[in-house]
Amino acid sequence: MAHAHAHAVKRRTGIMDWLTTVDHKKIGIMYLLAGGFFFLIGGLEAILIRLQLMFPQSEVVSAQFYNELITMHGTTMIFLAAMPILFGFMNAIIPLQIGARDVAYPFVNALGFWTFFFGGVLLNISFIAGSVPDAGWTMYAPLSGTTYTEHFGTDYYVIGLQISGIGTLIGGINFLVTIINMRAPGMTFMRMPMFTWATFITSALILFAFPALTVGLAALMFDRLFSGNFFDPSAGGNVVLWEHIFWIFGHPEVYILILPAFGIISEVVSTFSRKRLFGYSSMVFATILIGFLGFMVWAHHMFTTGLGPIANALFSVATMLIAVPTGIKIFNWLFTMWGGSIKFTVANLFAVGFIPTFVMGGVTGVMLSVAPADYQYHDTYFVVAHFHYVIVGGLVLGIFAGLHYWWPKMFGRVLSEKLGYWTFWTFYIGFHLTFFVQHFLGLLGMPRRIWQYLDGMGFNTLNFISTIGALLMGVGTILFIINILITMRKPKTAENDPWKDGRTLEWTISSPAPEYNFAQTPLVRGYDAWWLEKMEGNSKMTPVEPIGPIHMPSPSILPFFMGLGLFIAGFGFMYAREFGVVSLVIGIAGLVITFGCMGLRSWIDDHGFHIEEEEILKDQGVKA
Amino acid sequence: MSSHSHVEGQLPHEPERATLEGRNKITGFWLFLGGETVLFGTLFAAYLTLRGQVMDGPTPNELFDFALVALATALLLTSSLTSVFALQAMHKHNVKGLMGWLIVTLLLGAAFLGLEIYEFNHYVHLGHTFAASAFSTSFYTLVGFHGAHVAFGLLWVILILLQLKKRGLNTTTAPKVYVFGMYWHFIDVVWVFIFTVVYLMGKVG
Repeated sequence: MAHAHAHAVKRRTGIMDWLTTVDHKKIGIMYLLAGGFFFLIGGLEAILIRLQLMFPQSEVVSAQFYNELITMHGTTMIFLAAMPILFGFMNAIIPLQIGARDVAYPFVNALGFWTFFFGGVLLNISFIAGSVPDAGWTMYAPLSGTTYTEHFGTDYYVIGLQISGIGTLIGGINFLVTIINMRAPGMTFMRMPMFTWATFITSALILFAFPALTVGLAALMFDRLFSGNFFDPSAGGNVVLWEHIFWIFGHPEVYILILPAFGIISEVVSTFSRKRLFGYSSMVFATILIGFLGFMVWAHHMFTTGLGPIANALFSVATMLIAVPTGIKIFNWLFTMWGGSIKFTVANLFAVGFIPTFVMGGVTGVMLSVAPADYQYHDTYFVVAHFHYVIVGGLVLGIFAGLHYWWPKMFGRVLSEKLGYWTFWTFYIGFHLTFFVQHFLGLLGMPRRIWQYLDGMGFNTLNFISTIGALLMGVGTILFIINILITMRKPKTAENDPWKDGRTLEWTISSPAPEYNFAQTPLVRGYDAWWLEKMEGNSKMTPVEPIGPIHMPSPSILPFFMGLGLFIAGFGFMYAREFGVVSLVIGIAGLVITFGCMGLRSWIDDHGFHIEEEEILKDQGVKA
Repeated sequence: MSSHSHVEGQLPHEPERATLEGRNKITGFWLFLGGETVLFGTLFAAYLTLRGQVMDGPTPNELFDFALVALATALLLTSSLTSVFALQAMHKHNVKGLMGWLIVTLLLGAAFLGLEIYEFNHYVHLGHTFAASAFSTSFYTLVGFHGAHVAFGLLWVILILLQLKKRGLNTTTAPKVYVFGMYWHFIDVVWVFIFTVVYLMGKVG
């Protein structure tokens, strides 16, 4: 496939390098940075929420601002923090785990990042513009319609998420194709690391769940911008339709978030137990089953909507079923640790801490799946406690495990273990302090989404404890940031396999990985390919090709401008009902930028460039 | 082998699958169409939920004109056939035939789109505006999303035709033609469902 005509090596430096890069490792870092930034914003919103609820009838924030905070906290954490950070891991690690030199579509990969980024920025500019989404992260109609939300808050939500959703969808397709087509020789499906499997299933969920959200957001947008009637009962619209569309997307979304965390936990637990993952094939099967069942249970968010006993019963049973594959996973992790020689590194502490925490979230999930009981729990703090146990206690602990585990591979430096222990204990204790008591607040009858509660209801002490816990989580996060800053000042000295117990292909190459990942594509001879070689006394993988020139995609600024175009278009259309034609013209100009760049991308015949043999040999020499 | 090559003898029978990039494109596009299926599925679900809510506006039965829709359907289905002829020409490395059939596809698609614009304009004059009722909103959204897909496909095929003219058939342009063909068939299949669910059921149901 080599191209006879040589292209000059295209490399940019400084800020232009980051704006134009199509390298999955750099895009992974950008996802991590942007996701981390939004995580801090969402975290700050959470702290403000908790400060408001620290004492009865307090007025730390106004009622309106409180509504904005809960809406933006949920939206930001799910769409702009959690998913991008997971995409960061997928980008940084998946091609390395399957022995590939890049993802299937490097250009689309960059495009996915920039659309996510501009969508997220647009959503958060609402704070500066002064009309913030305030109808809850679920944006239930008719509250989100123009009748009850006249200001532009919902528009920011609808358009911001629509734009960032495009990024997620194309990212999902990219990883599906990468995993299907780009695996190294010998890397059969049943030899893929669990994180790769989790990413594969997650990407499939993204592919089939996000288009439903696209339609829901478009419908809400049409209702608001063009006086449509999807969710307006006075013109025949149906508000329950929004609930269905939102949750047909929204429930798979929960598994989009948690499955990659399951993958990370599997890698970390297995590595630091120094044992093969127990029940690998049942893990794969359970992941697929969870993904499949994830589409069958959306109406359990709507038990109190009034769908009737038959629908409720069916969705109730389907929901309970998910506990089975999830239980399989829990026991597999426990049996992996059983008899292993466990090393409690920070990454492993987070992973091991994850297991009981997630079980608690799972158990309350089964409690909530009982439809009659749900009538009691619904819209109380019990639900808040449940989903924070699975999302923070599951996903965020998984993310922290992954961050400590893969940091050396991404940045060439090992994070300080000592500070890491502090991060773990403050965050872990803070987490349980915050959310454990919320179960009881819910059972005592404290409704969610309320700005104030009265004194003398028995809520005071538990709310106070909860707020202290939230502050402690904040301390944990700050310690982690300090850890990053300290580590970044150290030289890049991480070895290829800094944990010594690495099992998968990413640990066979230098930290951070060279631009082309693998100088020679490795031959995979079994599950845990690198561990297998080590056990046979080999110090490196068997290559399947001689060292030769490596083909690389060219960097491009077009993805940046395509994202920017959508950003401009979003603003133009949003403000058309206030500024009229001028705004509309700006909107159309934005679309012209985006589609113009798309046309340019198709028209420009760019075949990339080659990294020559000498350069690869030079890299090898330094490392050997 | 240079990917700029368009010497006929050097191209494989299926030039769209000759490179990894080409194969990736095809795999990815199949998956993309899976996502598109969910997109249209959701639009159909919304339409089916709301189609009875006509308020004071005309009912589907009063509105739809079979002759017009039948003609549009015939045009679009035929364009799917001509896109297959284009692909067959491509596999014979017959660039002239390929471009010719793509142009026929383009013209048929444009005619379909013209009819749809005429149809929408006609409905608006009958009081069936976007904001008239939940039925009208969901109708225009569903059929309009399809129409937007057709319009995008037309721009796309023009771009491909220009590239074929400038660079000929090679391992870069071939996957584009192939993937466009997949897209065009998908649009056609969606239309078959729209014809059934919107127009036939509107007339009968």
